[in-house]
Amino acid sequence: MPLTNLNFSLDAFDRLLWHAPESQTPIPVVPVRAFPIAAPEESIALVDEHGHERAWIDRMDDLGCDMAQLLRQALTSRELTPTILCIKDVSRFATPSVWHIETDHGATELTLNSEDDIRHLPSGGFLVADKFGLQFKIPNRSYLDRHSQRLLARFL
Amino acid sequence: MSHSPNPSVLARLPLDLSPDLLFVSRVLVLTPHEIFLAPPDNEATPEARWALHAGDQLILSDHAGLGKLRLVDTAHSKAQWRFTLSHMKSAQEFVAQFQQLHITPSQAGAIALTASQPTAEWREDASADTTPPSTWTLFRLWRFAKPYKGQLLLGFLLTLAATAATLVPPYLTMPLMDDVLIPFQNGVAIEPSTVMKYLAGLLGAALVAWSLGWARTYILSRVSERIGADIRTTTYNHLMHLSLDYFGSKRTGDLMARIGSETDRINLFLSLHLLDFATDVLMIMMTVTILFSINPWLALVTLIPLPIIAWMIHVVRDRLRTGFERVDRVWSQVTNILSDTIPGIRVVKAFSQEAREAERFHQANQLNLKVNDRVNRTWSVFAPTVTALTEFGLLIVWAFGIWQVSQGAITVGVLTAFLAYIGRFYSRMDSMSRIVSVTQKTAAGTKRIFDILDHTASVPDPRNPESLENRAAAVGLHQVSFRHGNRGILHEINLEIKPGSMVGLVGHSGSGKTTLVNLIARFYDVSSGSITLDGTDIRQFNVADYRRQIGLVLQEPFLFFGTVAENISYGKADATRDEIIQAARTAHAHEFILKLPHGYDSLVGERGQALSGGERQRISIARALLIDPKILILDEATASVDTETEREIQQALDNLMQGRTTIAIAHRLSTLRQADMLVVLDQGRIVETGRHNDLLARQGHYYRLYQAQIKLNEESNPDKTGLGYISGDTGKQDENIASSTVAGHHHAAN
Repeated sequence: MPLTNLNFSLDAFDRLLWHAPESQTPIPVVPVRAFPIAAPEESIALVDEHGHERAWIDRMDDLGCDMAQLLRQALTSRELTPTILCIKDVSRFATPSVWHIETDHGATELTLNSEDDIRHLPSGGFLVADKFGLQFKIPNRSYLDRHSQRLLARFL
Repeated sequence: MSHSPNPSVLARLPLDLSPDLLFVSRVLVLTPHEIFLAPPDNEATPEARWALHAGDQLILSDHAGLGKLRLVDTAHSKAQWRFTLSHMKSAQEFVAQFQQLHITPSQAGAIALTASQPTAEWREDASADTTPPSTWTLFRLWRFAKPYKGQLLLGFLLTLAATAATLVPPYLTMPLMDDVLIPFQNGVAIEPSTVMKYLAGLLGAALVAWSLGWARTYILSRVSERIGADIRTTTYNHLMHLSLDYFGSKRTGDLMARIGSETDRINLFLSLHLLDFATDVLMIMMTVTILFSINPWLALVTLIPLPIIAWMIHVVRDRLRTGFERVDRVWSQVTNILSDTIPGIRVVKAFSQEAREAERFHQANQLNLKVNDRVNRTWSVFAPTVTALTEFGLLIVWAFGIWQVSQGAITVGVLTAFLAYIGRFYSRMDSMSRIVSVTQKTAAGTKRIFDILDHTASVPDPRNPESLENRAAAVGLHQVSFRHGNRGILHEINLEIKPGSMVGLVGHSGSGKTTLVNLIARFYDVSSGSITLDGTDIRQFNVADYRRQIGLVLQEPFLFFGTVAENISYGKADATRDEIIQAARTAHAHEFILKLPHGYDSLVGERGQALSGGERQRISIARALLIDPKILILDEATASVDTETEREIQQALDNLMQGRTTIAIAHRLSTLRQADMLVVLDQGRIVETGRHNDLLARQGHYYRLYQAQIKLNEESNPDKTGLGYISGDTGKQDENIASSTVAGHHHAAN
């Protein structure tokens, strides 16, 4: 059921509440992207605390401006996929390898456990999973500078 | 400063993310009255403080590698902090400390348990060795070469001698030229005895070189073949001891390529390339010595191209190395596709996706071509360049030599000898340059082998294992949590299973049932909490001994290629024929086995293709019976067969379960009715426990699951539309259709 006039609010616990038209009490929901990689702006489910889907949003654009912002806020506080801007250094070319990287969320390091943790995206980009499960994105190879590209190539 | 012994600090949680999710390093400090946030190196100057009041709670949650800690009171959220899961452990301790501060009666028990957790902790991790996978990796092969060092030394001495022998003939050209041929041109008659002497010398040198060369090659090939075999065996043994976790994260094709072709490449390298290289180096060193002893100036000129070639080798080296690493990886992609599709060939054909799979293979092959092309581009320029340089070198020697001869500084014989020497010399240079690529290839391969060997098992054996003798099979789970990657699968499971009782695990698919039995079988170790057998943590037992206490019957029984008897006695290789037959009888497998063309000696194929699902299942039950386990785990054992067969299997299972602690997973709730306790799992937590009737009376989770099955049965019609599966797992379709029938059957019987 695609709903275009969804109504949200935040409660005192910073939970997202959905004011369903047929329900008196607002329902605490968590927005979940169905295709976080392939189509992050589309196909978003609102899931209640039991893991049941309560509503479905086809496109983020269909929502009103305020509601979209609330939703985006809830989404970003839940997921973190920093984009790697530059690979400064890697500890070694055999895995596990510690990469010192610059991301759009600041400088950090990630531990690559295995080359298989680098996922090739159909768009030509990469998703690098760190040892603790955080995902780092590389939009595509040419996005990086030559030095980073060379380091990356050793793991592909 | 950050770790100054401040007595009021109860716990510290390093935070690596700011509220707006930037990578910023902070530390969160818990004291009896407040929580404060400070820079990691300066706790004295907090940036923010939160006073703690009664009724405050800390809530820890995580999603997709991102941890969140919230401080809430009864009315609203007071603060929240973010961190990556690398600090999850500290966060859990932080929360535990906090809860101890604000202890409530209901939490007391849980905390006592947390405190008594075994402190031992194991993690699957490669060694911290930071050597880059350069040529140096090859030296790690020494570990495998060591047992053969005597033979290797002999081989080396033979190489030395053989090389020396090959250098005699050019030396003899010198006197032949100067003492025989040139005097002859000047009118001096040839002395047959002198000529004979030199010719005999040439023949002798050739024969000695031949026989030494033969002995050397034979010995060293033997040794390298053995080293190769040792590497393969060691790697495979190591692989067998790695946890399921490792196999889950690796692709079969890749592992197969590593153990198969990589060891072969190392083998070839040791027996052929390294040998050649050693010979070449020796020859060059000896030649250089001889050349200098004959004429230092000419020798110097001859050696001019040498540094140039050495430099070229150095330059190309790097590019080739990365290139070859990529070639290897792409190659394992190709084999991965094979190992993906061939086991799944039925699905491929059923959905007629042969063309798509062919295309996928084609793509991988194209990529392989592309990568190889790139390497070959560098490589192809390299080899002819070395050849060309060799020719230049010869040219220089000719020019300088003729000039020297014209000056009377050297004789024609010396020039001839030089030309003969450097002809060999440079031809060796050419083959030596090849060593670069093979060394790099082998280094890459060696690295991939050592990747496996460096991996330590995540379910390690303890140093001083406890004895498993005379233990009652009472299984206890205390505060067990398990996470896989960034996903928490089980949360704080507490369960006591009495010896000899039967426990049924019930829940939707994905609720963590299989993970729970995998933990009990110690295929993985718990992330936190502990599992005990008769009061002792199972991590204190030897893994193999412990697993010997467990009989496992899976939904998809796996039969190895071999006879029926071999498959039944898989867990107990020394079982007598009587024991095998007894087990087969109890498992209701005896009769159908007798119907097979060769009885117990019949071969069953790769996956027991010739047998039906129920037959394979009964063989696997016999297999579990034979080892006489104390604990029995049935993971959907009757799921993939029809009702009729199920009844037979159920009888076999009843025999198997007698007197053993049994943990059974089943979708078909009716099969678990006689269980002493049913445990209902939902989203990794226990939501209900009790007996069948009690749970039905409670009208909770179990009641709903049970009702759903009955309803499914009533709705099911002959065309098996398959609507309304309990599990969303398509691989388990048949089982659910069948399960509904059985559930209904029992229901009707009631």
